[in-house]
Amino acid sequence: MATEGEQSAFFPQDMAKTSGAWLSADGPESDIVFSTRIRVARNLAGFPFMSQADADTRAQLVQTLKAALTETGHNLTFINVESLDELDAQLLVERQLISRELAQAEGARGVVIGEGESISVMLNEEDHVRMQILHSGLSLEQCWDVANELDDDLEEQVSFSFDEKLGYLTACPTNVGTGIRVSVMLHLPALRITREIQKVHTAAQKINLAVRGLYGEGSQAMGDFYQISNQVTLGCSEQDLLNNLGDVVPNILGYERRVRDLLLRDNRSQLDDQVARAMGILTSARSITSEETMHLLSSVRLGVNLGMVTEVSIATVNELFIQTQRSHLQRIQGQTLESDARNEARAAWLRERLSDN
Amino acid sequence: MKKCRHCSRRATLHVTEINDNVAVPIHLCDDCAHGYLNGSNAPEDEVPTQAAELAAKLEALVADEDEECSNCNISFSQFRDQGRLGCAACYDEFRQDLMPLLENIHEDSTHAGKRPRRNPGQSASESQLVHLRSEQRKAIDREDYESAATLRDEIARLEAELHNFPISTAEDSND
Ligand SMILES: [Zn+2]
Ligand SMILES: [Zn+2]
Repeated sequence: MATEGEQSAFFPQDMAKTSGAWLSADGPESDIVFSTRIRVARNLAGFPFMSQADADTRAQLVQTLKAALTETGHNLTFINVESLDELDAQLLVERQLISRELAQAEGARGVVIGEGESISVMLNEEDHVRMQILHSGLSLEQCWDVANELDDDLEEQVSFSFDEKLGYLTACPTNVGTGIRVSVMLHLPALRITREIQKVHTAAQKINLAVRGLYGEGSQAMGDFYQISNQVTLGCSEQDLLNNLGDVVPNILGYERRVRDLLLRDNRSQLDDQVARAMGILTSARSITSEETMHLLSSVRLGVNLGMVTEVSIATVNELFIQTQRSHLQRIQGQTLESDARNEARAAWLRERLSDN
Repeated sequence: MKKCRHCSRRATLHVTEINDNVAVPIHLCDDCAHGYLNGSNAPEDEVPTQAAELAAKLEALVADEDEECSNCNISFSQFRDQGRLGCAACYDEFRQDLMPLLENIHEDSTHAGKRPRRNPGQSASESQLVHLRSEQRKAIDREDYESAATLRDEIARLEAELHNFPISTAEDSND
């Protein structure tokens, strides 16, 4: 694992042009399921939670956890988030490796990233430890196996705060118990187009699942992505939480697929037109906003899944959702860009990526 | 009857968003639900901020007096303001007031998931560590290095007990 002087192990410019393995669209049901994510919150015994941790304690936590993670034997790279400039921290947010909260926090903090970016462990976020496992497609059990193993391995090195009755203790009472949040990111353009998505919300709500957009708050329906996750962490086992999502997600997938079939049957020409226009704009625009990009990429993604677009892969479309964001564009270009220049760089990158397939 | 948060008509859609790990209940009427579900949210200033939502939920928790956690010194009202506890011992210190909140959020109050492989019955020494560390800092602040040194030894002993410092690895993290 990279340590102190090895900040150089992180090359934002190179990273921006590559993609996490979870975007490869090779997981089960990845035509609709963008990703599965499991996040595990833990705190070290004997240390105050973050809100009461002074500068020394924060630094000591990072040191302790870095050392402990090294000992787990997983192949991990440490990035010192405290020393990153705003754009590089934002790059990690866009890649879903760290949260906006960690990027914007102050004091000693970091993230430890595994090969292919499917493991990331945030240090000193809301809790001392936030492990995240991110896989392509619907892979609840595989994600949990990795998370569970990493948790066990880390627990051989350190003691976590645990209460016999309440389970793993977290800074916020919404996470206490298992400390895990299981999320499945779904691409549901057909349900959105036909306004059936409301039924998904209502159904999910009934069984204590939350639905939100790609980057959480304020981003509902961006690119027709809907994230479904457990809300409750206390009173049920990890397996219960997995089963809960494992039961409901296939129903939503079946629903989306049925509606896609109906659209193809009854609105084929309209759909053809929408997809072709989206592809046309994305491959020829000279300037394009992030919002329009998300919207059009969603249509193209649907088009690829329905066989209307054959020259682009789902993996490429997935990557473009990430790479067309502001920090990625600037790191790919190797310079700081104001809004207008970013829109031009975005259009250029889209033309390049969508034509070399 | 719950009212729509945008227009105060009768709410028919009840959603709980987890924003920044805080459960935020959202109630919407038929019309506003359409907007919400299709991504066209009401203007930013009409949406209650996350902090306000959490505050509303925590508002219901009125402690008799403003107790403090004896370990980390956070007060219950501070917890209510920021929505975050100060240390593991807070769960014990504020248990009476926290239990209704946990029931409300999780509809349950007993852990049913995995447990640490190692015996976790160490919470007493964990709390003590938090306490000793803050004492040590105070000692250093008032330049009482003798007390600080005693406290440091005591902390080291407890840490060793808790296995939180695999001493060999803490040292060789520089190579
Ligand atoms: Zn309304
Ligand atoms: Zn406390």
